Amino acid sequence: MGWLYMLPALLFLGVFMVYPLIDVLIYSVEENYNFASQVYSGYGLFNYSYVLHDTYFVQALKNTFIIVMITVPVSTGLALLISLGLSSISKLKSLYQTLYFLPYVTNTLAVGLVFMVLFKKTAYSDGLINLLIKAFGGNAVDFIDGPYWAKIMVMCIYTVWVVIPFKILILTSALASVNQDYYKVARVDGTSSLRIFCRITLPMISSTIFYLIITGFIGAFKAYSDEVALFGTDLNSAGMNTIVGYVYDMLYGNSGGYPSYASAAALILFAIVFTITIINLLISRKMVTQ
Amino acid sequence: MYNAVHGLQTRSVTVRKMKKTQSIKKSITYILLTLWGIIVLFPFYWMLLTSIKSYASYNGEYVPKFYATSPTLENYVNAFTSVPLGRYFLNTIIFTLVTTALMMIVIILSAYAFARIDFKGRSALFAFFLALMMIPNELVIITNFVTITELNMRNTFLGLILPSVTSVFYIYLLKENFEMIPEELYKAAKVDGTSDIKYLIKVMIPISQPTIVTIIILKVIECWNSYVWPRLITDDENYFLVSNGIQSIRENGFGRENIPAMMAAVVAISVPLVILFLIFHKKIMAGVSRGGTKG
Amino acid sequence: MKVVLKELTKIFPSRDKKDRTEVVAVDNFDMEIPDGKLVGLLGPSGCGKSTALNLICGLEKPTRGRIFFGDEEVTDLPPEERGVGMVFQNYALFPHMTVEQNITFPLGNLKGDKKLSKEEMKAKAYEAAKLVQIENLMARKPKEMSGGQQQRVAIARALVKRPKILLLDEPLSNLDARLRLQTREEIRRIQRETGITTIFVTHDQEEAMSISDMIVVMKAGCIQQVGKPQEVYDSPVNLFVAKFLGTPAINVFKGRIISGGLYIGDAKVLDIPDEAIMGTKDRETVETDGREVYVGIRPEGFILDDNGPLTCRLDRVEVMGRDISVVSFHDAATAADTVCVRSIISAENQVDTDKDTVSFSLKPDKTHIFDMESEELLYYTKE
Repeated sequence: MGWLYMLPALLFLGVFMVYPLIDVLIYSVEENYNFASQVYSGYGLFNYSYVLHDTYFVQALKNTFIIVMITVPVSTGLALLISLGLSSISKLKSLYQTLYFLPYVTNTLAVGLVFMVLFKKTAYSDGLINLLIKAFGGNAVDFIDGPYWAKIMVMCIYTVWVVIPFKILILTSALASVNQDYYKVARVDGTSSLRIFCRITLPMISSTIFYLIITGFIGAFKAYSDEVALFGTDLNSAGMNTIVGYVYDMLYGNSGGYPSYASAAALILFAIVFTITIINLLISRKMVTQ
Repeated sequence: MYNAVHGLQTRSVTVRKMKKTQSIKKSITYILLTLWGIIVLFPFYWMLLTSIKSYASYNGEYVPKFYATSPTLENYVNAFTSVPLGRYFLNTIIFTLVTTALMMIVIILSAYAFARIDFKGRSALFAFFLALMMIPNELVIITNFVTITELNMRNTFLGLILPSVTSVFYIYLLKENFEMIPEELYKAAKVDGTSDIKYLIKVMIPISQPTIVTIIILKVIECWNSYVWPRLITDDENYFLVSNGIQSIRENGFGRENIPAMMAAVVAISVPLVILFLIFHKKIMAGVSRGGTKG
Repeated sequence: MKVVLKELTKIFPSRDKKDRTEVVAVDNFDMEIPDGKLVGLLGPSGCGKSTALNLICGLEKPTRGRIFFGDEEVTDLPPEERGVGMVFQNYALFPHMTVEQNITFPLGNLKGDKKLSKEEMKAKAYEAAKLVQIENLMARKPKEMSGGQQQRVAIARALVKRPKILLLDEPLSNLDARLRLQTREEIRRIQRETGITTIFVTHDQEEAMSISDMIVVMKAGCIQQVGKPQEVYDSPVNLFVAKFLGTPAINVFKGRIISGGLYIGDAKVLDIPDEAIMGTKDRETVETDGREVYVGIRPEGFILDDNGPLTCRLDRVEVMGRDISVVSFHDAATAADTVCVRSIISAENQVDTDKDTVSFSLKPDKTHIFDMESEELLYYTKE
């Protein structure tokens, strides 16, 4: 009887989740797979080696790591600061909270275009950000089609803007759930705000912070659509591709038709994410109190 | 005596100083928080502003103005006539409604089975589902692409919808919610001879309505913003969703330089979600903080 | 250090947007707490006693009024400069720190020349731990301890800086009945040994009466009565205090004073001596003849007496060992929960349970007369 209720879910999960999981492993070891004729020459690790030696993949790997290493600490730290500020006020608090969460629900492709417009330097205007930079005595840079570091910068800024609402929401509710009596005790003893933060607040919300870091890492490794929004679909030629982008490009589009390479790249990504998550968990087990 | 008075005076001075530093701290906090608010809102303001500037006046402003000198709606007319934005909207609405409705049926049935029906292998199956939660979408999307292509379902709604009508996470969320409904209600209904399916519809769903509404809203947002799968599975404009539409507008709609028209399209596809958010922001935020992650 | 409160008032703005009425949590407190005493702030929940404690501690700022510790005014001082130690109802022990870290935490806040070395901190922590007898638990985390032990840690943490005043918010409410008895003795002992002026808040009158040197009975933000526990019990200033103190509760009847006699129903239950003056709180003499009053009789104020004036319908007799409790009914008894009259008499007395009625005479010093309108005590004997 129970299995009857489960039937639709099992059917869909079987076809679109379990079978693909096995299939992706098979794809990744089928050498010289031809998508059109569906033939392959044998099994081996050639696909992995091809992907790892592909300059586009290496570029994507580098970009992805830069995004991860910059946006995860920056967004988590900034979210913590903002949440601390939020929890210290009472007037307008819920208004700010709601406002800060707005980017979470918006279409990142759409808002990405606005960021592009703001940062882009064109023939007829330097764009708002460049005008600002000039006003402070700097030189205008094309953040969208210009030098690598500028493109990385705007990418990180946009990524932080996109991921931070979730972190602020989670951190504010974690801060709110810390029993106020702890702060009262500390106040009676005249504890400085810095000591309260380090000795009470941080340990009390450490598990939440680690949760955010772990999910942040996982999310940042899967970066893709934010980059499309800023730099267009041809990420390889912009030099801004990510691992996920590489997977999709291998599958479809101008350079597509290579599910084997895509599978190998996806599995490499999975291995990286898996390893880093395990490392994170090990660190958090040591650091998280309680 | 003198010392006591003196001590009191210096103390009251320190008290006054402390009050002052506290109010300064508070002002700084508000200033910084407002600054972040501006950073969050500015892109929205800019898209609105740019969308009502005429093509000529936008391109004529080397230093962009923070207001529109002669606001116009011509860009919106443009957005809906020179590219099939209306079509994209319709597609997205169909996709969103059908996907969400199908998913709700699938997940309610299985959450109910997990929560209330005692069948062989239930706990093993649930453990298996939990394990599936950890599988990233990127890993299975490759085969799904091949499957849908081989089934000749590219550029069809079925192909768009089918892979996303189950969510292990939402099954889990709903199952937890169903389990909080006291078992006695179920037993009482059984004594009265209520069938399982009737009990589910008449009792479980109404009681769990808040959670179900939250799941629906989150799924609608997810559908409205979905980009990767539709991009893989559609190359016919007639099946584009808004995200793909906006991307193709960016690449070749309006001519690349017509930024105001592009912004009008961006505003048009952002507005439904912003309205949804304004109405349901409490539910959305509560739902997300209960463990939803984006995507 | 004595504590003096002058016209202390705390008004909270309304939280409810529709109902703008303010909440007066503490209303015009005037009180002096003598040095080195253990004082119980007592009242039903929501009467403002915890707010009063927070005002003394400095966690809340008073709306009006002043607070003095000794001769020094502390009204505007933040908590840390007042030299108070506070123990919270749920103890608020930091879950991620060991007992030792919890106790040394306040010492780590000291700055400048007051700063202590690690060894000094440790020594002080052990001293405080020894006082509350938990010196062998220093390496534990709070969750590995029983409620009573956690309570001791919280007290040790509050004492480690040698505060001038120790404040305890509902210190026993989170403990089970047996531990509660034990811990209240413990608090009494610690207070005696340290000699620190200690104020604690409780809603349990028995708890307050058993260990306090002085109790302060509160109702709706106002002080009702201040005094030694026995004094307050023996001469409550109003009906509220009389009802609030004592288990079983005082029995309240409707009565009337007619020419020198106190009547319950038609029976004259007590003579009111000629030299007695009927007066209000301010000792203003009032006209008493024919006045409607409430008569409060303590359970131990009944004497079994077949010829006694107060005759009640006998319901049952409850045996309590040393005493027996006679439960009976009287039409003049007031309030839903006291329709039955409960009287405690020595078990040596025999009550004939076959009879329908039981008669008592009353002990004058256990009988209190309150004005029906103001509910103030109305009976003063001439001195």
